[in-house]
Amino acid sequence: MNPPVATPFFFYLLATTMIVGGILVITRKNAVHSALALITTLLAQAALYLMLYAPFVAGVQIILYAGGIMVLFLFVIMLISIERAAKERQFNKQWLVGIAAAAALGGLFIAIYTTTTKGKTLFPEGQVSYGESQNTQAIAALLFDRVHGTYMFAFEIASLLLLVAIIGAVVMAKKRI
Amino acid sequence: MEAMLHITTLHYLVLGAALFLLGVIGVLTRRNVVIVLMSIELILNAVNLNLVAFSRYWQGMPGHLGGPGALHGQVFAIFVITDAAAEAAVGLGILIAFFRNKETVNVDEVNLLKW
Amino acid sequence: MHELIDYIQSYLKSNLTPGAAGNIFWATVYILLVFVGLSIAVIAMNWLERKILAHMQVRLGPMRVGPHGLLQPIADAIKLLLKEDIIPAEADKFVFWIAPFIVVLAAFTVFVVVPFGPTHAITDMNIGILFMLGVSSLSVLGIVTAGWASNSHYPLIGALRSSAQMVSYEVAMGLAVVSVIMMTSLQTGTGTLSMIGIVQAQQTSGEWFIFKFFPLGLIGFFIFAIAMVAETNRAPFDLPEAESELTAGFHTEYSGFRWSLFFLAEYSAMIAVSSIAVTLWLGGWLRPFPNLLHGSTWDLVFSLVPGLTFLFFAAICFFNVVRMPKHPLFKIQTMGLAGFGAVLGLIGLVMFVPGVRDRVGDIFWFAAKVAGFMYLYIWYRGTFPRYRFDQLMKMGWKVLLPMGLALLILTAVVAMRADLWDQLRGVGHP
Repeated sequence: MNPPVATPFFFYLLATTMIVGGILVITRKNAVHSALALITTLLAQAALYLMLYAPFVAGVQIILYAGGIMVLFLFVIMLISIERAAKERQFNKQWLVGIAAAAALGGLFIAIYTTTTKGKTLFPEGQVSYGESQNTQAIAALLFDRVHGTYMFAFEIASLLLLVAIIGAVVMAKKRI
Repeated sequence: MEAMLHITTLHYLVLGAALFLLGVIGVLTRRNVVIVLMSIELILNAVNLNLVAFSRYWQGMPGHLGGPGALHGQVFAIFVITDAAAEAAVGLGILIAFFRNKETVNVDEVNLLKW
Repeated sequence: MHELIDYIQSYLKSNLTPGAAGNIFWATVYILLVFVGLSIAVIAMNWLERKILAHMQVRLGPMRVGPHGLLQPIADAIKLLLKEDIIPAEADKFVFWIAPFIVVLAAFTVFVVVPFGPTHAITDMNIGILFMLGVSSLSVLGIVTAGWASNSHYPLIGALRSSAQMVSYEVAMGLAVVSVIMMTSLQTGTGTLSMIGIVQAQQTSGEWFIFKFFPLGLIGFFIFAIAMVAETNRAPFDLPEAESELTAGFHTEYSGFRWSLFFLAEYSAMIAVSSIAVTLWLGGWLRPFPNLLHGSTWDLVFSLVPGLTFLFFAAICFFNVVRMPKHPLFKIQTMGLAGFGAVLGLIGLVMFVPGVRDRVGDIFWFAAKVAGFMYLYIWYRGTFPRYRFDQLMKMGWKVLLPMGLALLILTAVVAMRADLWDQLRGVGHP
């Protein structure tokens, strides 16, 4: 396997894309613009997964998030009219409190960081292993294998969750069942 | 500068925290339900980024928790994505039912117990 | 300088794809080659579709620009580039501007993992087929945003139809693909998602997956072949751009260069899904009859086919040169056609050279199979009437999806006892 190419450059490029995309998601008036910004963020995140040697999660991210969930979002945005919504107030009355709460959370993150790192490096780099060429097979072993399948039961529960979600969505969205 | 150019797990965690905060601000301040749901997706993605970054970290660690087979973070990320799909389906279903009854998509107008 | 030449030459000795060898120079070369080849294929498809469709309807098709209308695509391209590029006043300008690029990017990016041969792919990803399905599903985003940004009724309805249709048929498509991925695990115990790995699994298994567990492989192929027509918005599932109902669907408001981008994306998406089908069921770059007609003699015979095909096309050209009207006005056209035939013949002769013959064989077989699918697309368009939208949805969710699920379960059951299955059919393991 080859060593990664230009990692800092790609990391900062993708990170900037993600942050800018995230800011656009929460500030745009038009929901379609927000959705497009979110799609950009999700795709940049898929690229970051590739940089973290997790190609299978990246593939799932593209096919499920960008290709599935976001299309559903766009579909619903187009179904409900938004001409009126664009002219209305965008933020609710508690926006000041909300931003204060988020700032407090951010302060908490920084506080934890500064108290835990006193002079030592967090998460020292171990020896590098490029496990990407067998990534899908290894994940499948964790999910389905009879011997190593730690998550087999959780996987079945996840499928049940999806079934419930499908039925719930149909019940909710249909006028008359 | 040296610390900036060598990408470690911490960089990914900082990025995840920033995305998480953006998502929280979106959920707490926006009125449009669709954008609130999208902000929830941002939060879930921030969590996913952390999980996958930690999975990468453990792959380089010795011991029975680490090693090249330590993909638990990635498996968790897949479960979170599954959950996000279910949440989006149900959330948008509720949104459509709500819009059909009230002709609005604003969260602060959902304060009636009955209509 | 010397190091650079070494760097370039070192790849030729290795038996890897440029992506696996980590060679940036050859990766760039391959990307450019794929891009140029794809553009030529789209231009050729444009001409062929109009000609074949015309002959199916007992017309002549384009005949004016160049001999037998051969230069018609170039004339069309010039016309499209010179046309005024209109952005509707009420449109969402940025989204309107970016939508065609999303579609084109999605359609071209999938070719990163398409295996034209064991080493003739830009790269081989561990998640190959997942990547292809995922990125090709991104094109629906471009279509939806195009329809929405036009701020007009027909495009919006076209976009809604298109998103509903593509999301529905993706499910059936995915189920058919998963059944193939199960088949790849038969020989080695672990399956693979890599495109090259899937073809190699067919090579070791000795038969194409379309014939595997007959008729299960065939049913999977059938589901995919229907879903892929719906996925590319082509007739008889071209509801998003149904002329009689929606003018031109999601690209009604587009003109000039931007419209041509949609056109380019549609045809390259067709080639992309066809190459998925070829890789998964029809053995990718493998030549026909791998286990029936084997041995060095048959290898030699099949390696001559690429050259013979080009010579055949050259012969058709020369035949038509003779049939051209003898009027002086047709002099240039006759000479042009003869020149075109000469070029084709020359390519055919080069393909007989042993060194070239071994290298282009796999690319040729892959391209020939994809070309077969392209012909099928045209044939469908000439034959089938358009579906109604509720029929389309019914077919996706109530026919193809249950069939796909049943196929998945059956394949899993049969694959667990593959040895028993082969005994039942009287086929022993080699």
